[in-house]
Amino acid sequence: MWRFIGFRVLQSIPVLLVVITVTFFLVRIAPGGPFSSEKAVIPEVKAALEAKYRLNLPMFEQYTAYLGDLAQGDLGPSFKYPGRTVNELIAAGFPVTAELGFYALLVAISIGGIAGVIAALRPNTAQDYIPMSVAMIGICVPSLLMGPILILVFGIYLEWLPVSGWGDMPGDKILPAITLGSTYAAYIARLSRAGMLEVMSQDYIRTARAKGLPEWRVVTGHALRGGMIPVVAFLGPAFAGLLSGSFVVETIFQIPGLGRFYVQAAFNRDYTMILGATVFLATLIVVFNLLSDILAAWMNPRLRSQYGDR
Amino acid sequence: MRWTCAAQRTDTVLKVENLSVSFVTRMGTTQAVDDISFTVETGKITAIIGESGSGKSVACYSLLGLIPQPPGRIDGGRALFHGQDLLQLKPAELRKIRGRDIAMIFQDPMTCLNPYMTVGKQLMEPLLYHKNVSVAQARTRALELLEEVGIRDPASTIDNYPHQFSGGMRQRVMIAMALINEPELLIADEPTTALDVTIQAQILKLLAELQTKRDIGVLFISHDLAVVADIADQIVVMQQGRIVETGNRDDIFRNAKHPYTQKLLHAIPRGGKPVELPASEPLVTVRNLCTWFHSGKTPVKAVDDVSFDILRGEVLGLVGESGSGKSTIGRSLLRLVKVTSGKVHFDGIDVTALQGRELKNLRRRMQFIFQDPFASLNPRRTVYDTLAEPLLLHGLETRATVGAHVLKLMDDVGLARAFVRKYPHEFSGGQRQRIAIGRALATRPEFVVADEPVSALDVTIQAQILELMRELGREYGLTMLFISHDLSVVRQLADRIIVLNRGSVVEQARTEDLFERPQQAYTQQLLQSIPGRGLFGEL
Repeated sequence: MWRFIGFRVLQSIPVLLVVITVTFFLVRIAPGGPFSSEKAVIPEVKAALEAKYRLNLPMFEQYTAYLGDLAQGDLGPSFKYPGRTVNELIAAGFPVTAELGFYALLVAISIGGIAGVIAALRPNTAQDYIPMSVAMIGICVPSLLMGPILILVFGIYLEWLPVSGWGDMPGDKILPAITLGSTYAAYIARLSRAGMLEVMSQDYIRTARAKGLPEWRVVTGHALRGGMIPVVAFLGPAFAGLLSGSFVVETIFQIPGLGRFYVQAAFNRDYTMILGATVFLATLIVVFNLLSDILAAWMNPRLRSQYGDR
Repeated sequence: MRWTCAAQRTDTVLKVENLSVSFVTRMGTTQAVDDISFTVETGKITAIIGESGSGKSVACYSLLGLIPQPPGRIDGGRALFHGQDLLQLKPAELRKIRGRDIAMIFQDPMTCLNPYMTVGKQLMEPLLYHKNVSVAQARTRALELLEEVGIRDPASTIDNYPHQFSGGMRQRVMIAMALINEPELLIADEPTTALDVTIQAQILKLLAELQTKRDIGVLFISHDLAVVADIADQIVVMQQGRIVETGNRDDIFRNAKHPYTQKLLHAIPRGGKPVELPASEPLVTVRNLCTWFHSGKTPVKAVDDVSFDILRGEVLGLVGESGSGKSTIGRSLLRLVKVTSGKVHFDGIDVTALQGRELKNLRRRMQFIFQDPFASLNPRRTVYDTLAEPLLLHGLETRATVGAHVLKLMDDVGLARAFVRKYPHEFSGGQRQRIAIGRALATRPEFVVADEPVSALDVTIQAQILELMRELGREYGLTMLFISHDLSVVRQLADRIIVLNRGSVVEQARTEDLFERPQQAYTQQLLQSIPGRGLFGEL
């Protein structure tokens, strides 16, 4: 198992390096810069600013200097928020985004998992078609649309839930979590349906029935574990996707998360902030993919012993 | 009753009368089981024999409500178990009987145990669910049973997962699981079909012992008459959903009346082919062949220092159990796996040293027939594509002329020319194996490696394919390496036989000599495992 983990960690280094390099040069190739604005700036001031942020150096030297800082965990100073470092900005925004992503994932797993299992129990009947059609709609409706619809229905017409903020009012976390989680709920529903259908056709399910077990015990005791493995393998990418895709929801619901900083940074040509957020999220994606792969392998006894922890 | 009952008075545990089952789909209604009646007596084994699709499994599954309804539908009949009609019971009532009073064993122990659950948990489950016992009591009982079915050191293996057991051991676990509630009736659906021949013999012996000891009724489903020859009391022969003949064991084996039963009896492999050992020079020589696989620290020595010759025009049988390295040898000869060391010469050419174009040319002269005709044919290609490909690839025919050659091949392997545009899924297992043989013969090879070519097939189909291979071998002047775990199959085709065990040659002899005067203990053990062996003595 440790060899498997070690190998995967080593594999992720070149991946991250490519991400950093491409992002680094792309943001600099894009027209405009952090200090070019309509207001004329005195050349001396601009030169001083550029010297401070190392923009006067040749591009390759900027790159190696950045990599050097990065190796020490320093993402550099923000261009747009003077006096604050990117590390501080991420540290401020990330907990909110992570909390939102966590709730959204809970929504996705519980709704998606239950819908998928229910659908798989009676394939090609109404019990299958209805949840799966809803899931299809969930995939098709972007959060850009889902958010406002939920706000209209639950916030404005029914007046059940607050429509913006984060932790200011009771229940203000519910709508963002549902909005963000709904797309993933739909994917998970489809994955768990496929996984369960596959498992329910296995010979060992027939064995379980031949033992005289009632159907619910056959499903929960014998089918669920194998059927959920594809879902578990998807959780890593899903959580990473939730984090990096949360900016739409954060914007709609006025949530002070990392996603909003990220988008703002792109508009502002805040080079270090863009890079920092990208590196941070890319690392998270790699880590969560690894975690879900480990979990999925651990759930399968055959793989578990193959990686030699027995 | 239509049959003569056994001499002494017995109790009937299950009495099935006029059972009919059909499957209703959009394509129409299929009568899977048509008005069948049979009984199972306490302390006796009733065997239901039939080929795939004869309805034997459907009949037994429907008794326990284990066929999906719809599309399945029980059209009529009764199945009396202690005076209760199983077919009239509600699902919940039937569930109480299932696994408690009537237990089942299935064909493939590899897939019938839950891979995500320890063996112990699965074993205890029926006991915990049906009876009011504590987990500790259930565990004690499970350990006792594992011991009884011959699992070594149950205390340390009970918490292992199924993949840590071999096929035979898993089937023992299945048997233990079926017996844990001390059922009165055991339904065994092809319990040994997926196992090696020696393991099969062990499992059959175990089943017979347990059945006698517990005095329970057994309903034994099989496609192979030979398998039940030594253990069955009653035999029911089914064909296309109907019972064509019923009788006790001696009736069936001595005075089979129905032509279908006679055909099944005839298909039991027995005797060898007339020996016509060609006095010729070796076509293939193998010297000190080693093929090791590297996974983990110690290499797996699949083939370890094996030497033999295959003479031009002979059929050499390669026999061994799973893991004996027989398939790896076949693959090594054709360079389908990397050889670790040793030499293989084909017609004087050093096969192990060939590269690129030379290897391709050699592959035209050496072909492979695989075990599983379902997996080895590309499902998206028609028969025409499959047969034409090797001809075009090796430049033996052009696009314009290949058609005639393909049709000739279809004739040779006994497939109707009209099927040439069909896809593999439209064919039966036997027909697919014919296609695979046609593909192998397309390039007119001199040497063919046939790896278990008939072990996935029903017994009667097996006999046909072996006959076809014998004819084609003669017609094409083939030299053949015939790989099988089943000595009785190899006997029908091979001139000489090599017995393998754990990657090494145990014994090498002419077929006749090997069967009559086996020199090694391992060979004797293999010979004794051939099902229905006692039968040949009697008949």
